[in-house]
Amino acid sequence: MDYLDQLEAEAIYILREVAGQFDRPALLFSGGKDSICLVHLALKAFRPGKFPFPLVHVDTGHNFPEAIEYRDNLAKELDEKLIVRYVADTIKEKNLQDGKGKFPSRNGLQTYTLLDVINEFEFDACIGGARRDEEKARAKERIFSVRDEFGQWDPKKQRPELWNIYNGKVDKGENVRVFPISNWTELDVWNYIKRENIQLPSIYFTHERECIKTEHGQWMNVNEFVQLEPTDTIEKVQVRYRTVGDMTCTAAVESQAHTVDDIIAELKDTKISERGATRMDDRVSEAAMEDRKKGGYF
Amino acid sequence: MELLRFFTAGNVDDGKSTLIGRLLYDSKSISTDILETLTKQSKSTGVDADIDLALLTDGLRAEREQGITIDVAYKYFTTDKRKFIIADTPGHVQYTRNMFTGASNTDLAIILVDARHGITEQTRRHSIISNIVGIPHVLVCINKMDLVNYDEKVYEQIKQDYEKFAQSLNLKKVSYIPTSALTGDNVVKHSENLPWYEGPSLFEFLENVEIEQDFKTQEARFQVQYVIRPQTEELHDYRGYAGSVLSGSFKKGDKIAVHPVDLITTIEKIEKFGKEVDEAHAGEPIIIHVSDEIDISRGTTFVPLNESIQSEKTFEAIVCWMDNKSFQPGQKLLLQQNSFRTKAVIKEVDNKINIYNYTTEESDGTLHLNDFCKVTIKTAETISFDEYANNRKTGSFILINENTNNTVAAGVIN
Repeated sequence: MDYLDQLEAEAIYILREVAGQFDRPALLFSGGKDSICLVHLALKAFRPGKFPFPLVHVDTGHNFPEAIEYRDNLAKELDEKLIVRYVADTIKEKNLQDGKGKFPSRNGLQTYTLLDVINEFEFDACIGGARRDEEKARAKERIFSVRDEFGQWDPKKQRPELWNIYNGKVDKGENVRVFPISNWTELDVWNYIKRENIQLPSIYFTHERECIKTEHGQWMNVNEFVQLEPTDTIEKVQVRYRTVGDMTCTAAVESQAHTVDDIIAELKDTKISERGATRMDDRVSEAAMEDRKKGGYF
Repeated sequence: MELLRFFTAGNVDDGKSTLIGRLLYDSKSISTDILETLTKQSKSTGVDADIDLALLTDGLRAEREQGITIDVAYKYFTTDKRKFIIADTPGHVQYTRNMFTGASNTDLAIILVDARHGITEQTRRHSIISNIVGIPHVLVCINKMDLVNYDEKVYEQIKQDYEKFAQSLNLKKVSYIPTSALTGDNVVKHSENLPWYEGPSLFEFLENVEIEQDFKTQEARFQVQYVIRPQTEELHDYRGYAGSVLSGSFKKGDKIAVHPVDLITTIEKIEKFGKEVDEAHAGEPIIIHVSDEIDISRGTTFVPLNESIQSEKTFEAIVCWMDNKSFQPGQKLLLQQNSFRTKAVIKEVDNKINIYNYTTEESDGTLHLNDFCKVTIKTAETISFDEYANNRKTGSFILINENTNNTVAAGVIN
């Protein structure tokens, strides 16, 4: 078997284990390429049947409009259930402090909404598109990652995960985060998108955008949420997005890539990692991701 | 392009993390931003080398603080020929279970030996665990050659010692490579410091080593993961059994025995991704339709009628105990083999395996963390299995504590 076939087979096996082991699973859908691949894999795992889970999106209100449009079209086209919950509502309900500063982030706030939606529907498994090559705390996380009733990950209490035997047994109130494409790298995802001819939101490809340069040299999109300072110079740059997170914490990369082939060629040459190039949320500290996961993050 | 999964065993002191760091670094699989962070960190840890490559793999705060690998880390790199998945496992005896875990689904073990110390207790322990977990190929990396003046005699002596020790094991294939991870000798490129060595560098070895394709030639096994029943108007009678071919191949029209209910039926149709196919092979996710309406649910095993599988309620196995809490006689357990789950008890702890010399010792009936023991297991429902030595997919299982839901042991049937 070709390596992409093996990665695909592993992911489908995991998705079917979720369907077989849990009463109320959900697929966390962000509109990014990784979760789009998950949906594609779910089609291969379950058609002609319906998905044994709804698609769930935690909408921060800072999403790219292209990703939201893609999300809504996809759910309609596939005739699958889509549940959307809004961070803005959580902020109001819980009287939380919204993100502040030049790039007001709702990154920490979305964990509240996520845990609320898990409680609301009593989800016992949440499938996500996280990959181990993204970040070093993720490199240590199991494919079936058990979370306590507060959604917390405890790296010291991880269950051993052997062969392809997945233990998803949890008590009521606990849930398992499941990562079927754990073993894929960014390049694997793109090679798969190419092979399967998967359609993506347009922001993954080159386009002209008004941006400002941050102190770390990253291009940030100018939008209603970013607080411009007098010293900022708005420039029109030819960019694309390597990851699709919030508009307030995802940087664009300069690119001329029009097609998936162009992107693959570009990635083979690049010297900067995916999250390093695009995420401001990991810059906080050496263990930023580990700490967020311990707090209930994806 | 092929996929090779391997794991590395050794202590921090053997240069294991450095070796992996070196593989990633020299194959240009590390991005510059990560390198920058590492350089910063290396300065703060005060290690002499420009970049402390070990910091690449120790991803948790506790690991960086203590300078040890605690849990399995997965790392990836790709060459033009292959994609590699590395399970970087801790070497310390305290974390034996994590090593067993990382080793469980790999094709190759890399065991690091410090050239200054030769075969140690630890080398023996790692090799014996690799043997129990049935790794098809073991590569003994004789590392830190720079610290023994690249002396051929040292290398040859260690090789001989290992060959002698390995006689007592059933390792299928063993290879040897002299390296220095710290200086990069023989990791990616051939080293001028080792002119007497004519074999491949580690990198060349990894790119070319034959990947055992056991599962293809083995007897055919399929297990149901999930039953697909759309129950729509057009697909009213559709009933498909979704699962992966565990080993061998299945063809349309095959007469099959359905275990454990012990009924016979025929494969009417095989579907793969919405298309009908005539046959399916090991590893492929498919949907099978059968010609009779019989009781088939998750965990049911299909076997061609002309092949046999063992079906028992009592069997012997080697288990590795993985729970911090020791085994309690009579403890209520669940056994899971792929998607099949049933209640189980450990009837008897027959004897204990000494993981330093592979001899068996009389058991006092206890099972503690990291113990390897031969046990007799009794299950509530009949389990269909093969011996692990013949089939890693159907001969392996985990035990789950019914009360805490934790995975408390991993086992191989023998």
